Amino acid sequence: MKSFWKAVSHQRNAMFGLAIVGVFILMAVFAPVLAPYNPTEQNLEFALQGPSAEHWLGTDSFGQDVYSRMLYGARLALGIGFASVALGLLGGLIIGLSAGLLGGRVEWALMRLVDAILAFPEIILAIAFVAVLGMGTDKVVYALAISFVGPFARIVRSDVLQVKARPFIEAARLMGVSPFRIIVRHLLPNVLSSLMVQAGIRISTAILLESGLSFFGIGVVPPTPDWGLIIAEGRGFITMAPWISGFPGVALALLLIGLTLLGDGLRDAFDPRSGGH
Amino acid sequence: MLMNAALIKLLQTLLVLLIVSVVAFFFLKMAPGDPVMLLLGSEYSPQAYARLMHELGLDQPVTVQYLHWLGRFVQGDWGISYVTRDNIFKQAVLQALPVTLSLATLSLLMALTLGIPAGLLAALFRGRWVDGLVSSLSVLGSAFPSFYLGIILIWVFGVELGWFPTMGFVRPWDDFWDGLYHLALPAITLAVYYTGLIAITTRSSLIEVLNQPFIAAVRARGEPMVRVVGVHAMRNVMMPLVTVIGLQLGGLLRGAVMTEVVFAVPGLGQMITTAVLSREYGVVQAGVMLTALFFVMVNLVVDQTYRFLDPRLRAR
Repeated sequence: MKSFWKAVSHQRNAMFGLAIVGVFILMAVFAPVLAPYNPTEQNLEFALQGPSAEHWLGTDSFGQDVYSRMLYGARLALGIGFASVALGLLGGLIIGLSAGLLGGRVEWALMRLVDAILAFPEIILAIAFVAVLGMGTDKVVYALAISFVGPFARIVRSDVLQVKARPFIEAARLMGVSPFRIIVRHLLPNVLSSLMVQAGIRISTAILLESGLSFFGIGVVPPTPDWGLIIAEGRGFITMAPWISGFPGVALALLLIGLTLLGDGLRDAFDPRSGGH
Repeated sequence: MLMNAALIKLLQTLLVLLIVSVVAFFFLKMAPGDPVMLLLGSEYSPQAYARLMHELGLDQPVTVQYLHWLGRFVQGDWGISYVTRDNIFKQAVLQALPVTLSLATLSLLMALTLGIPAGLLAALFRGRWVDGLVSSLSVLGSAFPSFYLGIILIWVFGVELGWFPTMGFVRPWDDFWDGLYHLALPAITLAVYYTGLIAITTRSSLIEVLNQPFIAAVRARGEPMVRVVGVHAMRNVMMPLVTVIGLQLGGLLRGAVMTEVVFAVPGLGQMITTAVLSREYGVVQAGVMLTALFFVMVNLVVDQTYRFLDPRLRAR
């Protein structure tokens, strides 16, 4: 945590990104307190109203409060983003560690499996899995997680191979430290920093993919307050009521920009492979 | 040695494609719904069910089914779409794929013609306002969700200003100029993402190269700045550019799928998403298989391009 702060506080862009992401996290956490209305409460009497004192960002075609839906949308976007990346990370960690540590045929087989996952563009893989699993918030999380397993596994394996060759691991082994302890105490901490950077960068991909799938109508199902869904719904009213898709769209764009700035900053600070950007 | 390395790479790619085909096959097996019931409709006799099951080869072991399927797939027999009654191979390879390819090529060309000069300017005027502008716009462009950008562009340039068509699609090979006109907005939408990436990469690698001793040597020889940058420095920027374009291919495809859906461009992305919505798993499977094939091939080409661009790699 300390090194995270040290790395970020030196970079103006990363600080800016952190501020944006921080605001959205606050919005997500305090959505129930901040939202003046129930995000899924329909009131056709007040449909398609422009921004006013009662409805700060106006209402949509079902009379739902756009501001409340936008707040809960931040919750959903960040929630799906974190959950899918965490799951993908876990899967990648298990595959990558097994491959890097066991070696031999296991490694060969696991890495060919990873190659196969990586052979699919992530959006196609996500769409295919949603097609089989069905739609809904949890299904979207699984579909995204599966498409992230490949890249994470590859990073973990190459990191493990690098760290394994370093003298201090050999020293620990010669001292009779148990393999499990070597993995947890010595290997993982050295693999984790570059992995965290990658995870941070993937969260913006996850949020973009999630909102995209929902926008297509094959992701999260209505009336869940999801930014992609709201944008799709507001698209038909864009000349008449531009606020419906406008505010959630700007929110999505801002969050993605914030995450990108923060991710770039972290990569520059922690990942030696990225070179002199 | 070189021959060997290329051969191993090719064999490995073939193996990956084989695994990909297994994954795609079992994907269709996992899909909900019974294909026999789908073909027979609501009323049928058990005999008819068994007969069709036998005709489709579904009563055979899974491995045999897979081999049959693979054999037909390789020969271009991808089945018939339930919805359009069209040959899926024709639909995917001859109709959708060229559309996606022209969209991607056009936007890549746009991104290169805009991104390289922008990155060059930013690098040469490092720290000045040009640099600030290019750098901020690049982040903005590469992070902005393309489906939302598409909506905004349709609204502003299509509906309000009326400069571009908002509906219909003309294939560029039917009528080149009208096709380009219809592809313009989608291509711009997709190009925004890549332009940012290309500008950032050009900028950072050019700054790195310009700091190297050989540039100082060339300048000391009295060569004009245009030649120093244009010939000596830019040659070294090509490598990182190809790397980024290759690495971000997934990003390009992601953007292409999103752009196609927003603009109703009848490409692969549009085909796959509509197929998911209408539960046409055969079409989804074909689309998935085709994109994976294509993705793997392009990655192979990008890999070989390195050899071409960097003579040091040829020796290995």
